[in-house]
Amino acid sequence: MEDGRVRTVGGGVDCGVGVRVVLGAAVGYAYAESLEPEQMLAAAKTASQVAVAGGGTVAVAVKRKRLADHYPVADEVVDVEGAARVALLRRADKAARKVSRKIVRVDTSLVAVHKEILVVGSDGTMAYDIQPMVRIGVSAVAKSRSRTETGSSGGGGRRGLDYFDEVSPEDHGQEAARIAIVNLDSRPAPAGSMPVVLAPGDSGILLHEAVGHGLEADFIRKRTSMYTDRVGKSVASPLVTVVDDPSLTGSRGSINIDDEGVVPREHRLIVGGKLRGYMQDRISSKHFGAKPTGSGRRESFREVPMPRMTNTLMLAGEDDPEDIIRSVDKGIYAKKFSGGQVNISNGDFVFSLTEGYLIEKGKLTAPLKGVNLIGNGPQALTTVSRVGHDFELSDGMWTCGKDGQSVPVGVGMPTVKLDKLTVGGTNVG
Amino acid sequence: MSLPRSSERILDELAGHAELALAAAKAAGAEHAEVAAGQGRDLEVSVREGSVELVKEAQSHGLSIRVITGDRVATSSTTDLQPDALRRFAATAVEMASISEADPFALPPDPKELTRTFVDLDLFDVRTDRITAARGVKEAMRAEKAAFKQDRRITASEGASFSRSSGHSVLLTSGGFCGRTAGTYQSIVVQAIADDADGKKRNGAYWTGSRFLEELEPAAEVGREAARRAVASLGATQLPTGVYPIVFDREAARAIVGLVASCVVGDAVYRQRSYLGERLGDTIASAKVTIVDDPLLPRGPGSRAYDGEGRRARKNTIVSRGVLQSFLLDSYSARKLGLKPTGSAGGGGGVPHCSTSNLYLKAGRVDPKSLLRGIDRGLYVTRMMGFGFDATTGNFSRGAEGFAIENGELAGPVGEITISRNLDELLKGIDAVANDLQMRTSVASPSFRVDQMTVAGR
Repeated sequence: MEDGRVRTVGGGVDCGVGVRVVLGAAVGYAYAESLEPEQMLAAAKTASQVAVAGGGTVAVAVKRKRLADHYPVADEVVDVEGAARVALLRRADKAARKVSRKIVRVDTSLVAVHKEILVVGSDGTMAYDIQPMVRIGVSAVAKSRSRTETGSSGGGGRRGLDYFDEVSPEDHGQEAARIAIVNLDSRPAPAGSMPVVLAPGDSGILLHEAVGHGLEADFIRKRTSMYTDRVGKSVASPLVTVVDDPSLTGSRGSINIDDEGVVPREHRLIVGGKLRGYMQDRISSKHFGAKPTGSGRRESFREVPMPRMTNTLMLAGEDDPEDIIRSVDKGIYAKKFSGGQVNISNGDFVFSLTEGYLIEKGKLTAPLKGVNLIGNGPQALTTVSRVGHDFELSDGMWTCGKDGQSVPVGVGMPTVKLDKLTVGGTNVG
Repeated sequence: MSLPRSSERILDELAGHAELALAAAKAAGAEHAEVAAGQGRDLEVSVREGSVELVKEAQSHGLSIRVITGDRVATSSTTDLQPDALRRFAATAVEMASISEADPFALPPDPKELTRTFVDLDLFDVRTDRITAARGVKEAMRAEKAAFKQDRRITASEGASFSRSSGHSVLLTSGGFCGRTAGTYQSIVVQAIADDADGKKRNGAYWTGSRFLEELEPAAEVGREAARRAVASLGATQLPTGVYPIVFDREAARAIVGLVASCVVGDAVYRQRSYLGERLGDTIASAKVTIVDDPLLPRGPGSRAYDGEGRRARKNTIVSRGVLQSFLLDSYSARKLGLKPTGSAGGGGGVPHCSTSNLYLKAGRVDPKSLLRGIDRGLYVTRMMGFGFDATTGNFSRGAEGFAIENGELAGPVGEITISRNLDELLKGIDAVANDLQMRTSVASPSFRVDQMTVAGR
C-alpha cells in the first residue's frame, strides 16, 4: 500500500526439487522447477556428474523423522482473505498519520509465505516441515520546514494472524512515525572511538555480524575465518554468552529441521567469553569429525545448503540498563539499525544506525543522524563491560545474505555497553 | 537481432507461453495485461585449494504477469508453464486485482508509444552455453593456482569460481508490444587469503566478467590480482580520526555512483525518498560530474533495446556538468511527477519500477595516478562496507578499506575506519575525475577525488 492506496496485489507459486550429490568435499548440484519424475531424474543425473567414477544405484530405505513443532500456527496469513489483509495495512497507515501532522507519507506492506519442505537423504533421513512466515513493514516520511526524514518499523515471524494480537499494525505505524519525527531533530553524529551502549533487541545484529558469521564452519574448514582454531580460547569478555537457538516459538529464524534433514538444537557458541564451537553443516561436520548442529540452511531448492545462523542471541546479564547509560560520560546510545555486514577474514564488521542518541554525563540527549559503526569482532567483544538484565528478542524483520542466498534470521540481546567502538559520524570536534 | 536458430526456437516457445497467458488474462476480464516469459541456463563451478568444490548446473524458466482491470492492478508469477496451469494462473491474477484499489496512474503506456523496431546490441555469445563443466573447472583451477604462485604469503583460498549463464526472454503486452531478447554472461572470481601478524586474515578478491567469452581477462591474471590485493592489505591499520581528502578507486567510486542512481530513479522521487527530488535543474555536483544512463551500448552489461513497458530504450543524461537534468522514469512515476517517461521501466510483467541500464560517470582526462598529486595526508579507498546511506537526506557513512596517501604517493594499508559526508556535499566536492572508466559493470565510474570527508578511526 502506497500513500494510503493499495498499489498492487501480488502472489506467486514456486515449486521444485534440488538434488545434491556429495563426494568428499565436492558437491554436484542441480534442480528442476517441477516435481515430474522425468525432470527430477534429469536433475539427479546432472548433479551426479561430480561423481565421475560412476557406480550402480541402490535403493535406500527412508524413515520419516518426527519433529518438535516450534511454530504451531492455527490460521496462516496466506489463508486470510485479501480484503482482511488490506484492512491490517490500513490500520497501520492510519495510526502512523495520526502521530503527527508532520507525517506526510506512509507506505506499508504485508508479505505472507507458506512453505513446505521435504528433505530426503541417502542415509535414510526423511523429514517434512511446514514453515509459515509473515512480515509487515511500515515506513513513514516526516517533513518539517527545512528537513525530510524517514522512519520504519517491521516485524513478524513464523506466525499466523495471532502475531497481530501481540504487536498490532498500529504499533508498527506509530513506531515508524515516531522514528521519522525524532530524526527531524537529529544532529550530526560524532566521529571517532568512544563508548557505545546498545539498546536491547535489534542490537543483536551486532552479534550476528561480529561473531556469528565468523563461527560458521565452512569458513573454519577453509581457514578463512579469524576464529579458526580458537575453540576453548577466550574470544570475548567473560560477560558474553552467545547462543544460536532454532527453537524459539514463532521466531523468524526458527526451524524444526534444517535443509539437510538434521534436527537442530540450541547451540552454545560462546560461554563466559570462551569459544565453545562452530555452526556445522554435514560437509564441515564430517571434515571435523563433529556432530552436525542442524545449521545447514538454504534459500530454496535452487541453492546448496551451507552453515547458517537461526536465532542468534546474547544471554542476559545482571546490570540495570539505566545504570549502564549512567556509567557513560560521553558516548552514544544505539537503538535501531537498518543492517550490517562483516568481512569474515579480518573480522571487521559494520552496522548502520537509524536511531541513536548522544549520551552526555550519563543521560540521553540529542538524537543523531544515521551513521555506521565499525569494529573488529573479537576486539569489540572483549570491550563488553556491562550486560543488562533486560534481554529482548528483536521483532522478526531480519534477512541474512551469504553467497547470494537470503534466509530469515532472528537476533536478540540485552542492553550492552562496549567501552570502545568506532562511530562513523561527521563531527570531529 | 542476429541470434542463432536455437535461440529463435527458444524465443518462439516462450512467446507461445506468453500469448497463451495474455489471451487467458483477457478472457478472464483483464483490460490490460503485460506478460514476461523467460528462460535461463546456468553453470557454476568452484574449486578450492586444487580440488573441485561445486559443480552446479541448472535450467530455469518462469512467467510473470501484470493485469489491470477497472484501474486495479495485480501481479503474479509462476514456473508451471503447462497450458492448463497458465490459464488458471492468469485467471487467478485477474481475480486478485479485485481486492486492489483503483489507481489510474497504473495504466500501461499508450500503444502509440510502444516500439516496433529494435537495435541489435550484440548481447549473445553462442560460445557461452557450450562451455562445459570440465572447461570451467580448468579455468578456475588456473586462476587459483596463479594466486598461490604469485606470492608465498598467500596461505589459503576462499576458492576460485567460473560461472556462465544465458537467458532468453519475451515481453508481450495487450497494447500490441512484442519484445524478444537474449543475452549471455560469464565470469571468473578468485578470493585469496594472506595471514596477518595479529591472527587476522586478509582477503583479496578480484573478478572478471563479460557478455562475451573472448572479453574475459585471462584466468591467471585474475588470480594474480587477487593475490596482490590480499598481500597489499597485510598490516592494515586505522587512520587517526580527522578530515582528509579522499580518492576513490573505480570500484569504490562506482558504489558512490550507485547511490546517486538510487536517488534519481522515479520511484524514490515520487515516494519522497530522495534528497534530489525537488532539485531538477539545480547544481547538485561539481562541474566535473556528468552522469549518463545509456542502455544502447553494444555488449554492455546493462544494455537493453526496449524497457519493461515496451518503450524504446534511450540514452538519458542525468547530470550534466554538475546540473541535474533528468530522473529515470517509467509511466507510473512520470505520471505521478507530471513528467515524461524516459524509457527506464525495469523488469516487465511485474510491478513496474524504474531501473538503470548502463549508468556511468563520464571519464575525465587525467591519469588516475595524478589524483594523488598534491595530497599530503589523505585516504585512497578501494573497498567499502555496509549500507550506511539514507536517500531521503543524502547522509552517507560507510566502512572503508584502502591505503593512506602521503606526500602524493600511496602509503600503508588502512582498514577498520568509516568515511562520512552528506552525498550532496560529497558530489560537489569532486575536484578531479580520472580517465580510467571501464564498462564491465552496469553501474561504472572512473576513479575520482573528493576534496574532504570525515574519517573515523583511532
